[in-house]
Amino acid sequence: MPSTLVPRTTEKNRRSLTVAIVGNPNTGKSTLFNALSGGAALTGNYPGCTVEKKLGRMRCKDCEVTLIDLPGTYSLSPRSLDEMVTVDVLLGRQPDVGHPDAVVCIVDASNIERNLYLVSQVLDIGLPTILVLNMTDVAEFRGLRINATALSRKLSLPVLETQAHRKRGIDELRKAIVAVTTDELPRPLEGVGSGEGRPSLGIDCEPRSETPAPHPLTPSPPAGARGNLFPAAFDSETELLRSRLSAWGETDFPPFLVRRLLLDTGGYLETAFGQQSHGVHLDAARHEELLAHLRDARQRLADAGCKVPAVEARVRYAWVREMLDGVVTKPATRPVTFSDKLDRVLTHRVSGLVIFAALMFVVFQALYSWAAYLQSYCEAGQGWVSGQVAAAISPGPLRSLLIDGVIAGVGGVLVFLPQIVILFLFIALLEDCGYMARAAFLMDKLMTKVGLSGKSFVPLMSSFACAIPGVMATRVIENRRDRMTTILVAPLMSCSARQPVYALMIGCFIPATTFAGDWINLQGLTLFGMTSLGALVAVPIAWLFRKTLFRGEPPPFVMELPTYKWPSPRIVLQRVYWQARAFVTRAGTLILAVTVLVWAASFFPANHADVYDLQRRLSEIELRSDLTDEARSELAAPLLDEQARVSAALLERSWLGQAGHLIEPAVRPLGWDWKIGVGVLASFPAREVIVGTLGTIYSLGGTDDPEDSALRSALQDATWPDGRKVYNVPVALSVMVFFALCAQCASTLMVIRRETGNWGWPAFTFAYMTALAYAGAWIAYRVAMAFA
Amino acid sequence: MSSTLDTLPVGGRGRVVEIMGDDAVAVRLMEMGLTEGEDIAFLGAAPLGDPLEFEVRGYRLLLRASEARRVQIQTAD
Repeated sequence: MPSTLVPRTTEKNRRSLTVAIVGNPNTGKSTLFNALSGGAALTGNYPGCTVEKKLGRMRCKDCEVTLIDLPGTYSLSPRSLDEMVTVDVLLGRQPDVGHPDAVVCIVDASNIERNLYLVSQVLDIGLPTILVLNMTDVAEFRGLRINATALSRKLSLPVLETQAHRKRGIDELRKAIVAVTTDELPRPLEGVGSGEGRPSLGIDCEPRSETPAPHPLTPSPPAGARGNLFPAAFDSETELLRSRLSAWGETDFPPFLVRRLLLDTGGYLETAFGQQSHGVHLDAARHEELLAHLRDARQRLADAGCKVPAVEARVRYAWVREMLDGVVTKPATRPVTFSDKLDRVLTHRVSGLVIFAALMFVVFQALYSWAAYLQSYCEAGQGWVSGQVAAAISPGPLRSLLIDGVIAGVGGVLVFLPQIVILFLFIALLEDCGYMARAAFLMDKLMTKVGLSGKSFVPLMSSFACAIPGVMATRVIENRRDRMTTILVAPLMSCSARQPVYALMIGCFIPATTFAGDWINLQGLTLFGMTSLGALVAVPIAWLFRKTLFRGEPPPFVMELPTYKWPSPRIVLQRVYWQARAFVTRAGTLILAVTVLVWAASFFPANHADVYDLQRRLSEIELRSDLTDEARSELAAPLLDEQARVSAALLERSWLGQAGHLIEPAVRPLGWDWKIGVGVLASFPAREVIVGTLGTIYSLGGTDDPEDSALRSALQDATWPDGRKVYNVPVALSVMVFFALCAQCASTLMVIRRETGNWGWPAFTFAYMTALAYAGAWIAYRVAMAFA
Repeated sequence: MSSTLDTLPVGGRGRVVEIMGDDAVAVRLMEMGLTEGEDIAFLGAAPLGDPLEFEVRGYRLLLRASEARRVQIQTAD
């Protein structure tokens, strides 16, 4: 014990520790993280990449532990910046999280052999490590027996058994985390050099006497129990490379990374050295020299019989076999479990696809109609609040700001919550039970046709209801290029907010002709065409992005098919809650701000005195109890007409209206007049706003019902100054095509910003979709005019 | 007999000889436990014919046919 130990009774300072949790995908890592942290987590992105940063707190008697939930990975061999984040966090090189004091390595006990590969790499980092055997129940079910005590002895590591989804073994793990960072518990070879990151032993977190019974925590001889796995030839090459780097001034490059630089052919480090990033500063000539050195070194290694990269898998798996020898007993033949039998049906050539289609239909139906049901409550609530505000505040700019800016903005955020909650309920359920991997397996062939993988299917399909949960759902795609492509094309899918526009335009201008013996209706056909347009256009666009912006070999599909398990309601609900919360707090505030800005653009700089006066006179009529309802509406009717006329004039004179006139030359080639221009401008924050804006601009007062007959006849009667009709079939088609392809949804753009951690991507999405929409609308107008 | 992993019949078994190449796919295949001398069995293909499902080191592994083609195997007959 260090002499500086302060007696517990007077100890006030709480020691703070940082612990990283790593593991393969599907090992129950997040479940374990939630169990340790009590569910509360801080989430965000690591700077410059799409990796989610997830931090949690774990309190124990004398210390405060920050838990870092690292993304599930099969290895620590970084091929991209995203994969480098995990390595950097473990090495204490990621500035926005602390240097970890320990690592918790979680392993799927039923698949221990493959999982120990990652453990073998983690041990090379040299931090105090705890091995957690999770899902021991599944392992037992498979007839696999693991002697944890023997494994602990062989690995010289604390080994604990847990069933995270049942919260079993969590308290023991908490104690072990504290113990491993304070006691001289065994630690692997190859310490972290100068000792940075070693916990200060000044204050003992828990007296030894209170340390839990050292079941598998039995301290064994410290450091050195694990020798070097690699052949001598490899070590001398590592040393050579290290001295070369030191000669260039890269003296504090961690040994772990020197080794990775040698092992990872075409890996992230090779390129990072050339990009002057990642704390290394080699100029172009030196970088060439480095690459040449690596080529030669790898050639020498190949000649010496340890070919890179094969040597790594060979030595590590040999080590794994050695560690498991005598520790694991397994049945001679792998027993056929319920999970396997279930898969015979769920991935079957016919029944697999039928069940998948049925499942997707249910998800889609839920997003489309159940959400609509909940959304109507949101809207009713919004209407009620607006009514209360209107009653409490006299007409004026403040009332207008509150009702048309703030309340409309808050409503515009909340209205997406039902879809987000419903989609994530399904996704969390399907992922937690293991079906999502099957969905990717079933749909992969189809999605490879556009250069994506099976994992993009569910996010894109969900985007047909709403791109916001769809974009959020792309988190299941680990590969950055695939994920970015999916995010960028997701807003092209025809979401439910486009329906009112289609309903209005088709209802007004597309004749209800039927053909093929009344089987096909032209209106229905147009609706179908508009709904499919975005998805059809997304195919070449996704292909183009994969060939230009996100060029590169397709990522390996290679993945494990996890065992089915019952989803845990707690995990599922927690996940839904955090998604909803993240949307409201991060994207919600921005959506609100945009709504208020657009309100201001349509409100100023006009003089609203006449409208306030009319509003005052209308509310006086409302309050007259001496009149019958009919008499009241008779009195109000001329005032309402007047108000609609004045509002239309005010909108025309507002900044928004002026902008509409300003862009008229730009929209004329699409067959539009300035009124459509204003409608389109006003609906950039939310496309469904077009119906209401057209209502205002045609002096009809507020309406947002596409079936509104007054609005329909106003559109049908609208004329150019020379008396020609503004709207005809080509114009209706051009408006619909524009709406089908345009990124008129501030919420989606804000969510893209949140998911990519960068303003550039929403700006790009907006730009490319607007350009696409303009071109599409022009083509639709020209082609239709040629036939009209 | 020597062939590649994508040519195994359903239920067929083989032994890994070598992974061809040193790119991301090859490295991932090795990391997933396809090392020299390992036994591997083909369990079946997805309904649309790709990807393929294998059993190796006691777990079920999914690979695309294009990825399985990179794995040289030795079959019993």
